[in-house]
Amino acid sequence: MVTLQQAYASDAGDAQSFNPGDMINHHIKDAHGWEITHGVVVPLPVILYSESDGLVIFSSANFFNEAHQEVPYLGYLLSHEHISRADGQSVFDFSITKNVLFIFIDAAIMLLVFFAVARGYKKNVGKAPKGVQSLFEPVIIYIRDEVVKPSIGEKYQTYLPYMLTLFFFIWFGNLLGLIPGAANMTGNIAVTAVLALGTFFMTNFSGKKAYWSHIFWTPGVPWWLRPIILPVELIGVFTKPVSLMVRLFVSITAGHIVVLSLVSLTFIFHSWMVGFGSTVIVTLITIIELLVATIQAYVFTMFTSLYIGMAVEEHH
Amino acid sequence: MLMDMQFAVMGAGIGAGLVAIGAGIGIGQIGGSAMEAMARQPEAFGKIQTAMLVIAALVEVIALFGVVVCFLIYTAGTAAA
Repeated sequence: MVTLQQAYASDAGDAQSFNPGDMINHHIKDAHGWEITHGVVVPLPVILYSESDGLVIFSSANFFNEAHQEVPYLGYLLSHEHISRADGQSVFDFSITKNVLFIFIDAAIMLLVFFAVARGYKKNVGKAPKGVQSLFEPVIIYIRDEVVKPSIGEKYQTYLPYMLTLFFFIWFGNLLGLIPGAANMTGNIAVTAVLALGTFFMTNFSGKKAYWSHIFWTPGVPWWLRPIILPVELIGVFTKPVSLMVRLFVSITAGHIVVLSLVSLTFIFHSWMVGFGSTVIVTLITIIELLVATIQAYVFTMFTSLYIGMAVEEHH
Repeated sequence: MLMDMQFAVMGAGIGAGLVAIGAGIGIGQIGGSAMEAMARQPEAFGKIQTAMLVIAALVEVIALFGVVVCFLIYTAGTAAA
């Protein structure tokens, strides 16, 4: 009995030194260096602007000494991935962080893939598709015929390039995020906010007369109800992109949290048996995450085209 | 203060459980109706399956909202303790 209590006490002590919350937060948040695995950090450029120093560019490795402790550099302090100046002056941080790096990698993969696909269409005119081209043709055709065409209608061709870019950017970003050691790029609310802003501007700039009259003077309802509906409709203009933003952010981030929590169980229980069990569950969850990565990209594209479809609809 | 945080962490756990119940009911109904629809019209299998997966994903996101909120409470609770 004593040994059991002692064991429990020592276990509780160890459990305090390992904090799963901190570990998970560290993984899902943006960082100034790309930590591939524990202790292996790829330094990234830090780009800062402040009034007295102007533009300053240096490697993020300068913020750490040999013992991986945070040290000040050139009067700048890095604390919890937030850079501030020692003298308290305000500083703008334009650094190439981990997420920015992954946006670049995502863009590079898209350029590689779609230049290869375009070359394929030039080379195999009138012939069956080959290689990368035949891998992506069904996906592109599916997005065009099943998502964009039915939701937008006749003028779908104007919006098709943006929709395909959106779908493949989110899809590749989600899949990149599932690679161990990679960044949680599409699970960053700033990234999804920019994607949702794209939807917001495209919807409202392509809005036709029917769209705006539906918002400001809803037809088909009694006249006294129209001023009451107006604020609701106006809020609706903003809630649509906000829901897109939050949906993508939450589904990707929560997927990472679930996987990392299950991995943490091994270290909380100090047992290889739990490790075995959580490996099995994490494998299954990761398979579901592959599905979620595709479905979330599809849902984002589908809702964007539905909103644009509502905006460009002519009077009926 | 410590007691409050203990309650907060406990609440996060209960919240996660409630969210799982809600999402379970939602996805169960979607799956059940989809099965019924497929049995009635086996030729529409592909279309029903796609729609089912998409709507299941929408329900799942609601459950994941719960996961994120519970995680935030948990980190706040452990940071304060």
